Amino acid sequence: MKQLSVPHLLGIKYLKKSDIELIFETSDHFKEVINRPIKKVPSLRDITIANLFFENSTRTKLSFELAEKRLSADVINFSASQSSVKKGETLIDTVNNILSMKVDIVVMRHSSVGAGVFLSKHVNARIINAGDGTHEHPTQALLDCYSIKEKLGSVKGKKIVIVGDILHSRVALSNIFALQLQGAQIKVCGPTTLIPKYISSLGVKVETNIKKALEWCDVANVLRVQHERMDIKYFPSTREYTQLFGINKEILDNLGKKIVIMHPGPINRGVEITSDVADADQSIILNQVENGVAVRMAVIYLLAQQIKR
Amino acid sequence: MRKKVLLNTSEIDIILHRLACQLIENHNNFSNTVLIGLQPRGSYLAKRLSELLTSTYKIKDLKLGFLDITFYRDDFRRREEPIEASSTDIQFLIENKKVVFIDDVLYSGRSVRAALTAIQSYGRPESIELLVLIDRRFSRHLPIQPDYKGRQVDAINNERVVVNWKETHKKDAVYIEPK
Repeated sequence: MKQLSVPHLLGIKYLKKSDIELIFETSDHFKEVINRPIKKVPSLRDITIANLFFENSTRTKLSFELAEKRLSADVINFSASQSSVKKGETLIDTVNNILSMKVDIVVMRHSSVGAGVFLSKHVNARIINAGDGTHEHPTQALLDCYSIKEKLGSVKGKKIVIVGDILHSRVALSNIFALQLQGAQIKVCGPTTLIPKYISSLGVKVETNIKKALEWCDVANVLRVQHERMDIKYFPSTREYTQLFGINKEILDNLGKKIVIMHPGPINRGVEITSDVADADQSIILNQVENGVAVRMAVIYLLAQQIKR
Repeated sequence: MRKKVLLNTSEIDIILHRLACQLIENHNNFSNTVLIGLQPRGSYLAKRLSELLTSTYKIKDLKLGFLDITFYRDDFRRREEPIEASSTDIQFLIENKKVVFIDDVLYSGRSVRAALTAIQSYGRPESIELLVLIDRRFSRHLPIQPDYKGRQVDAINNERVVVNWKETHKKDAVYIEPK
């Protein structure tokens, strides 16, 4: 009988290959569930989950909330913008207050790196990291890998290029860990200012020419340029970025093969990819969103399974 | 106590034919009836009955589906061991259909309770019946009884009924053994 090897989902780097396989097997079942006429199962009816979003989010928050509700959990939501955090309350105080209301699982997004790990050491609840600063975003990486596996049959041996702002991207780091664990080859492509200095220590190659990168790969995971995380200018202008690293239909048509296009959203149409690429049949952007609910259901279900009363 | 044979291969064969005939008696040509095997163990019996109905009794267009009840169980997190899910495969609507649940052993009735909840996700059936190979009488936790049964047994709680199918264990047989 199978169980996750970890009590929390704090990052992909804490997972084993067998954990990812178990999550994917369970996701298959939940994907079937969310395509039924009635998309709900009663498994978690005695579990309460708090979604704590100290940083803005639309799709991740909606996806988690939907996953929780489809498992019949009770859900409470919290956004930092409308809370006492602004009044100076500390993270542990905020969370302990919420846990006093008998919460079993905390889904947290926070702008500080390691916020999830910190919390897991100080509070008595299962923690799911929904993004901690520029560090990790494990459920996004899981759903990305699940979508690649669904589209191409497996992740092993596939060539994946991650394009864009690697420096500020938690999606990139989690993706690198998850893809490597499953035996994929990875390159990153972007302006050298947005490529972390020590990326090669992860066994990832750097390519600064977008055409060469796309010719090499089977899948291109295109990231958003995160202006909000850039305290200084990393490239001269958005227009220049688009000219050097933007993906359009013309580049894709000249590749001589059909690669898969992914994007974790939100898309800046016309910046990192053009509209015709985002809406092309080789783009699996909306499949990623659908799979996100199934994968999150699997993660929550498997962690909840370990809770004993 | 040693392992005891409850049903041998030829007895199972006779029972399968009888159950098939009883189904035909109540469901005629099965035009409005669907068979649902409860995963994982009920699926073998369901497949066997559906083969028998199609080949020997010439029933056409028999609808067979498989229902997994893992996410509907009432013992989630209450067991020592986690339960592994199987797949659900129901390629038709069950709205206004007569549903026959098929399982190998009816014991506490809790799996059937979970199946009754699970099947609601696929519509509102006209009726639901229950077919089991082995009915363990006197051990029910819930008011659930089979409509069709292969053999009734009075096994005590520290005994276990094991059903082997030739698909997985080379030959069909039902044993009763101590836990």
